[in-house]
Amino acid sequence: MNVLFFEVTLLLYFLGTTLFLIQLAGRWEKGAQTAFAVAGIGFFFHTLALVSRMIEGGHIPLTTMHEALSFFSWALVLVFLVVELRYRIHILGSFILPLAFISLISAAALPKEIVALEPIFRNVWMHVTFSLLGTVAFAVAFIAGLMYLIQEHMLKSKHLDGLYRKLPALDFLDELNGKAISFGFPLLTLGIITGALFAEFARGSFLNWNAEQIGALGTWLFYLVVLLGRVTVGWRAKKAAYLTVVGFAGVVFTLVGVMLKGQHPFA
Amino acid sequence: MNIIALGLNHRTAPVELRERLAVTETRLPEALARLKRWPGIDEGVILSTCNRVELYAVAKDTEYGLESLREYLVTIDSGMSPEQIEPHLYRLEGAEAIRHLFRVTASLDSMVVGEPQILGQVKDAFEAGLAQKSTGVVLNKVVKKAISVGKRVRTETRIAENAVSVSYAAVELAKKIFQNLTEKTVLLVGAGEMGKLAARHLISAGVCHVMITNRNHDRALDVAKRFNALPVPFNEFHHEMAGADIVICATAADAFVINPDDVQRALHSRRNRPMFLIDISDPRNIDPAVGALDNAYLYNVDDLQGHVVTNMDQRLQEARKAEEIVRSEVPSVVTWLKSLEVVPTIVALRRKADEIRRCEIERILAKLGGLSPRQRELVEELAAAITNKLLHSPLITLKAEADSPNGSLFAEAAQRLFDLEKELERIAKESTTERERG
Repeated sequence: MNVLFFEVTLLLYFLGTTLFLIQLAGRWEKGAQTAFAVAGIGFFFHTLALVSRMIEGGHIPLTTMHEALSFFSWALVLVFLVVELRYRIHILGSFILPLAFISLISAAALPKEIVALEPIFRNVWMHVTFSLLGTVAFAVAFIAGLMYLIQEHMLKSKHLDGLYRKLPALDFLDELNGKAISFGFPLLTLGIITGALFAEFARGSFLNWNAEQIGALGTWLFYLVVLLGRVTVGWRAKKAAYLTVVGFAGVVFTLVGVMLKGQHPFA
Repeated sequence: MNIIALGLNHRTAPVELRERLAVTETRLPEALARLKRWPGIDEGVILSTCNRVELYAVAKDTEYGLESLREYLVTIDSGMSPEQIEPHLYRLEGAEAIRHLFRVTASLDSMVVGEPQILGQVKDAFEAGLAQKSTGVVLNKVVKKAISVGKRVRTETRIAENAVSVSYAAVELAKKIFQNLTEKTVLLVGAGEMGKLAARHLISAGVCHVMITNRNHDRALDVAKRFNALPVPFNEFHHEMAGADIVICATAADAFVINPDDVQRALHSRRNRPMFLIDISDPRNIDPAVGALDNAYLYNVDDLQGHVVTNMDQRLQEARKAEEIVRSEVPSVVTWLKSLEVVPTIVALRRKADEIRRCEIERILAKLGGLSPRQRELVEELAAAITNKLLHSPLITLKAEADSPNGSLFAEAAQRLFDLEKELERIAKESTTERERG
């Protein structure tokens, strides 16, 4: 059942992404609402997929890489729906939904079997949830940064049409960027702490210097610097936008690395 | 009964003439009261803006009504003669008058197509009419419809979307840099007209904090009072720049007043929060190199002007869509107007009564069966007597009111009380086929 729901979701996200991209390119009046509705229905099915998987598997479905990517995509769409309802920035969908779709289609490419959970991994979902939610926040920061850089380019080059009209104001994007990082950083911190505790519990050592642990610590340090830079020396606006775009590239790189090696202890 | 319009606008009359005939807000109540009593006029509304003076009215006799309106127009300025204004006038009636009002409200007839004020001006004119009771059933419906068409055009087309004046363009840009202008601070460098205009637009867009500086400090003080702004001595304004989100520079200096170093310093103490700098002086007062600094956005008059021209082209394209909307909205109002006439209502009412009578007689005769011709006659007489007596006073009243200004009110009431919609439709159809044949 969960696989059927998953596939319906995949289809709807694909449709939503297409609609949002058409909306980005053209001047289709009703496009944004239609795309938003499709994303909303997709999200509904996605929730069904996650819940039914939990019931079928008998544990929180955050154990395999497939599950992690699916949850990441779900949380990303949730954030989009909330921000859209609150601020009505249709163009956000044209950036977030493709990312959610890419994440979900990557999940689709991975083995979908429900893996029986060894008792030792009972509480691993806490570590995964925190880390993934942190990543979602960084993804939002990345998108805000990307939109900032485009809008900044439009304003500097005095090309006042097309995307310029659709993108929101610079300071709004900068604020969204800052907020996303200040949400994401504590979440990542909690993710790392719970991960270390879990490693200690499962294997008897907090840290064993494997690739994803180094990646996670590097990411953590990077965003710490970005966050401190913002509050102390005014690393905001364009600089912050650049840094978060680069930082997220690092996050994705770490994630893909982990995926390819398939090394994460519980995968 | 017909709807008529008479007036002059920015295309047909010079500004001096429009000014003389303009009805100011204070004189409007008196003018409307007079228009209401004017011979041949049942209802009236006066739309007077700096670009047009127009009278919309309802008259029983179209030609007499239009002539009467012209005489009325001349009374607004006693120094005018009908011959003087004649060449500048346009007269419209029926569907054409309605279409014109719709176009005006949709800003299609404005000097700047898509300008926002006219919709509010039509609303004000209508409300003044309501207050003076110079409007009635017809104009209430038609003007309300015009306002809704105006709104529809603005939401369904992009006619009013983009800035078409330099000052508006500046506001539009400011809104793409700062989400919320209310918390932002404007520094106005120079007290010239252009600068003040741009500042005024920003204030009406929500900006609350304004600082002003001028080489002649007395003038700065003077302008500061009017804008409720903070005056800053000219030799100190560079220090205040850090607190300004938007800098408007419009001095008469022939050298740069603001240099990259000044802006760099300001940005540094603002911790890189963006700055929007507008240079509307000729020659330039802000060094163009400022535009290359990160987080500083420099625009001069030419940049803004270029933006305005593209916007204007887009508006004219949108205007075509708007015309289509206006055209599609007119027929329903025309049909409604026709239904208000008393005579068809009387015919419809009679027909409906006859039909009910006939049906009921047939039904009862079928039930009774085997009646003698005399008995049948009596049953028919009874039915006829009831319907005729019941309809007697409504018909007399309708006929009596047919020529009064309240005629349409009675017609509408009768239509609703007796549910005459279907009959009226049939009569309208018959009259059109007759006309086609004839």
